[in-house]
Amino acid sequence: MATARLLVEAAGPLTTVQDAGRHGWMRFGVSRSGPVDSLAFRAALAAVGAEVAIELSIGGIVLAGREGAVGFALTGPGFVAELDGVPLGGWTVGTVQAGQRLVVRAGGGNWGYLAFAGQPQVPRWLGSAATHAASGLGAGAASAGQLLLLEGCRTLPGRGLPAPGDAAAITRVRAVPGPQDRFFSDEDLARLTGEAFCTTPGMDRMGLVLAGPPLMPTRLDMPSEPIVFGSLQVDGAGRMTLLLADHQTSGGYPRIATLLVRDAERVAQLPAGSQLQIALVGAHEAVAIARAEAARQRGWLSEVAAAETLEARLMGRNLITARVDMEE
Amino acid sequence: MSGWPLFRAVGEAALQVELGDRIDDAVNRRILALDALLARDLPAGVTETVPAYAALLLHFDPLVTDHGAVEQAVRGLVPKAVAGVLEERERVIPVRYDGPELHAAAERLGLAAETLVERHLAGLYRVYMCGFAPGYAYLGSLDETLRLPRKLEIVRDVPAGTLIIAGAQCIVTTQTMPTGWWRIGRSDATLFEPSLAMPFLLAPGDRVRFVAEGL
Repeated sequence: MATARLLVEAAGPLTTVQDAGRHGWMRFGVSRSGPVDSLAFRAALAAVGAEVAIELSIGGIVLAGREGAVGFALTGPGFVAELDGVPLGGWTVGTVQAGQRLVVRAGGGNWGYLAFAGQPQVPRWLGSAATHAASGLGAGAASAGQLLLLEGCRTLPGRGLPAPGDAAAITRVRAVPGPQDRFFSDEDLARLTGEAFCTTPGMDRMGLVLAGPPLMPTRLDMPSEPIVFGSLQVDGAGRMTLLLADHQTSGGYPRIATLLVRDAERVAQLPAGSQLQIALVGAHEAVAIARAEAARQRGWLSEVAAAETLEARLMGRNLITARVDMEE
Repeated sequence: MSGWPLFRAVGEAALQVELGDRIDDAVNRRILALDALLARDLPAGVTETVPAYAALLLHFDPLVTDHGAVEQAVRGLVPKAVAGVLEERERVIPVRYDGPELHAAAERLGLAAETLVERHLAGLYRVYMCGFAPGYAYLGSLDETLRLPRKLEIVRDVPAGTLIIAGAQCIVTTQTMPTGWWRIGRSDATLFEPSLAMPFLLAPGDRVRFVAEGL
């Protein structure tokens, strides 16, 4: 099978290799990791038929083709690619060959995804390539000087991907109350939905600090309880943090509300200083929204994958032909 | 306040069941028994359960099930979640009681360092829960005469294998980390070995004994 080698010439901070996440180990204190924006991540995978992608931060990435050729897909709001100085735009598929330089820059969003039409040869931990932030286990960070080896590589014709339906910056976010809303006064619970909150530069894969009115917990004596992606956790100073892919598995600070997953992902993509209005929804409504959202995502992801499916079919035929040729 | 079990929605894809609101041995045993019962026969659509001190979180796929259906399934199991359901393993952890704060902790407690060590060694501990970091097991309960508040000062870069105490808990750390707990000893036991298929020595519910080394 075809091999490709790509040299990482530069990579922004917090650039890591991720798969869909490491499930089933939170009871041992291992968070799931995986992408911050799972929809943009799944689009990159669908476009090239991959299981692993590089999660890019606002620092972008520069890759130099050292051997072979491999197709790639770039997704994520505002992220754009340039191949040997030729702009390819964002939400795009192309092929990088030995001797070429692929430059990706951020331009609005915080998290982009670069997936390849080939299997990156990266370490796994507990069956997953997802990079576990605290330990560095899994595939790990991508940083300057690393050589990325890919096996089973295919090239892909350049094409643009359909834009996601929810690319616009989110301003109204939906949350289910609690599970620890009982630790807040009625006044502070009213402030949660009645006043605006604002994204700040305090952000990483673990969480995003929100600026707004302080919401003071009435007590801080809760026994440590499990945390989920999208938890709105409030510390002893009344400061709220939206917890993301590398959140700790449990904690003793109360979570006043829990954002719907897709809304949390979209908030994580916002530049610092973006205003948010939080609206509460009941559990029943949240499930209905999640189901409608999943149907919408399936439709869009199948459009993203469509051209790849055709390409893969053609490639499959070529492989069979090649084998017959060899036997002759 | 009574009325356990209490069920709370956690976003669109998780449900939390609570059997109490404080760190309590009996409550935690029931949480872990419930967790064990669920593991034998996971309700449809439930993808992962995460036990804590007094609460158990159930992650589910909202395309398959919902909070109401999961609650229904868990309610049926709560009465069966009694001590004895969970098979408790015993783990023995060797410790050298030579931590940099052993003497300061003893002094603060008004005890001789030897008495602190004796009482810590005499304790039978259980893993109430794991969290915070991989393999980080909260052990309780510490002898009532050994309970100290966290220190105000946080010490950085505390190495893995440090035995620390605070409140009713003790922990053997599994990675380099900052801590405000009291460092009373060290252990060479491998609590976290990432290269193993099962990397963790301790699981929720395990009984733990400490034995002294080099005394």
